[in-house]
Amino acid sequence: MAVVFSKPKALTDAPLHYCPGCTHGIIHRLVAEAIDDLDILGKTVGVAPVGCAVMAYDYFSCDMVEAAHGRAPAVATGLKRAMPDRIIFTYQGDGDLASIGMAETVHAATRNENITVIFVNNAIYGMTGGQMAPTSLPGQVTQTSPYGRDVKTVGYPIKVCELLSGLDAPYYIERVAVNSVKNVTRAKKAIRRAFENQIEGKGFSLIEVISSCPTNWGMTPQKALDWVESDMIPYYPLGVYRDKSAKEAE
Amino acid sequence: MYTQILIAGFGGQGILFAGKVLAYKGLTEDRQISWLPSYGPEMRGGTANCSVIVSDTPVGSPIVHDPDILIVMNLPSLDKYENDVVKDGFIFVDSTLIERKVERQDVKAVYIPATKMARDLGIPTLANMIILGRVIRETGVVSMDGLKDALAKTVSAKHQDLIEANLKAIEAGYNYGE
Amino acid sequence: MAKVLMKGNEAIAEAAIRSGCRHYFGYPITPQTEIAAYMAKRMPKIGGTFLQAESEISAINMVYGVSSAGLRVMTSSSSPGVSLKQEGISYLAGCDLPALIVNVQRGGPGLGGIQPSQSDYFQATKGGGHGDYRLIVLAPASVQEMADLTAKAFDLADKYRMPAMLLADGTIGQMMEPVELPEDMRTAVYEKPWAVTGTQGKREHNIVNSLYLVPEQLEKKNIERYERYRLYEQNEVMVEEYMTEDADVCVVAFGIAARVSKNAITAARAKGIKAGLIRPITLYPFPKEAIRKAAGHVKGFVSVELSMGQMIDDIRLAEGCAKPVTLCNRVGGMIPSPDEVLKAIEKMEGGEF
Repeated sequence: MAVVFSKPKALTDAPLHYCPGCTHGIIHRLVAEAIDDLDILGKTVGVAPVGCAVMAYDYFSCDMVEAAHGRAPAVATGLKRAMPDRIIFTYQGDGDLASIGMAETVHAATRNENITVIFVNNAIYGMTGGQMAPTSLPGQVTQTSPYGRDVKTVGYPIKVCELLSGLDAPYYIERVAVNSVKNVTRAKKAIRRAFENQIEGKGFSLIEVISSCPTNWGMTPQKALDWVESDMIPYYPLGVYRDKSAKEAE
Repeated sequence: MYTQILIAGFGGQGILFAGKVLAYKGLTEDRQISWLPSYGPEMRGGTANCSVIVSDTPVGSPIVHDPDILIVMNLPSLDKYENDVVKDGFIFVDSTLIERKVERQDVKAVYIPATKMARDLGIPTLANMIILGRVIRETGVVSMDGLKDALAKTVSAKHQDLIEANLKAIEAGYNYGE
Repeated sequence: MAKVLMKGNEAIAEAAIRSGCRHYFGYPITPQTEIAAYMAKRMPKIGGTFLQAESEISAINMVYGVSSAGLRVMTSSSSPGVSLKQEGISYLAGCDLPALIVNVQRGGPGLGGIQPSQSDYFQATKGGGHGDYRLIVLAPASVQEMADLTAKAFDLADKYRMPAMLLADGTIGQMMEPVELPEDMRTAVYEKPWAVTGTQGKREHNIVNSLYLVPEQLEKKNIERYERYRLYEQNEVMVEEYMTEDADVCVVAFGIAARVSKNAITAARAKGIKAGLIRPITLYPFPKEAIRKAAGHVKGFVSVELSMGQMIDDIRLAEGCAKPVTLCNRVGGMIPSPDEVLKAIEKMEGGEF
């Protein structure tokens, strides 16, 4: 019998702890498929964040480091400087990357550090039970914005791709989503691209993946995917924000 | 011998450098040495001072509280440290920059117009070395032999061309008054 | 081997390189910036990494990354910057990662001043960051020791899988003394099978991690770690005893305070007072045995510190409050003079405490 579907080698057999309907599982799989496709499992080291994906170190079968909250790009910098021939990626959520770790993110980007950053934006702090994130939408109700995010007092969401595109250095920045088959296919391509860039020594690549959090958004999984389409994507437009290969080709 | 030296003046007068020359000279004589600068914002334009100990026994505290030899290149430093010098110690005064005399009677005061001499010799930045020459002459804390080697170690690689001028300044101070 | 004159800070940097450290991450702060400047010059020439990080926090996490890869790595700072590093230090300890953290102390708290201090003693020896952990803490008192203890710190860190702190002060960092540096300062090579260097398809994946959500597991981890600390405590105490055999008054001091105290002891002996010095070189482990032994014959102890009195607690614990302990201290960047220490010795000798 022909095998038509199997688990990527870059994932372990550990059962994922993510909530039903959460799209972290899809994103894990896309990262693992990229590692498999590029045949880099034996030389890849991943950096897990603090947040929902904290236990990613149990799920990826490559060597893994668990970083302090927000510090993954600094840890990845150390790993890459120590082992320039290894492939280093971070997997971070929105609180980790865009709030407490913003300095690490911006500076790794502006050094064009040759690493791959997978940034999962679900507009909420999931692990701690649904508090406002730096990427929560205006008016979004969370545990710590019970009357809706009031931009007059807590400011506007941070658009990471747009912000980092203001820097001269970063090599590749793209925003994708995983709420439809079409978007998953695009996301897969983008993530693979981000690893290829590193293999070729091009520098900093960040893929922002718009993700869903049915549990903390208080929606069914299907409704959550619809909300990504109706509310998240209009605020966070998908697409390539930086691609230096285009310039190189000229 | 356990000689404690305090050199003080304004930032930019080469206070720390003069201390370094003494320290390197001591090192080449196989003596025990310590060199401690004042550090921080006051290094720029404010007062600068530097503690040097040249000894035949291990150096304890590197901080010179009661100098055997005080070298001052501005009035505030003389005012501040004159009374700290040990009885029968030395005070070296740049008499171009400090008009008043040393008040203490129980120390040996040595006056040398180092800044004027430096100007006249066309080496205006080396008054520190002129005083140092006088210090060596009067106290014998280090010897004049092999001074060039010590200078070569003190001066950074890209400034080796300045060794001769420094040597000239030290000799001018050493021979002052003859 | 020829002796050269070096600043204490530079001696640390050169010794680190000669101990096999090829990665340095730091952020400028007085009075230790010479270390960064030295590394910035040297590392590119020997294929190493010097990186000025965006913050102290990033610097210590870059250290965490390199250490995870199994390589020798260091960062350096001064008191306020070391406070910022505490999160990372706790994580290093929680992952049993070796690393060298240099603290060239300045006065505090807060922004404090830039002059020398020893007021981070508690932070270094009692924790600093969150959780149950200890650091290897070494206290150099000369430029030569800045170099030697840097090499020693790397060795101990690798051997016991603990972060090590070199607890210096602005004076020792800024002063120059003759120093001898062997070409290779490594004493042993330590296998690091736990390092995350890529599985190469040949082994299960390694994980560097300090998260244990099952309390029984976390408890076990902590207990195992403390068993290692016990071994370190038993085997690695370093202390200098100076004229203690017949001492009536025992000064206890480390770093620059010990240098000043030696002058005072010489002066006291000249006056016929039998004074001696115990100089802890390891602050953790604290040289309890030397203190206990001295307590058998001295009238009392004088703790000389550039703090409001931090090490004095450890002296009292070590001698079980058997003898009086007085404090002779200056703070805020001030250093006690030999005269001040002599007076404290004389008071103790005279039974005033």
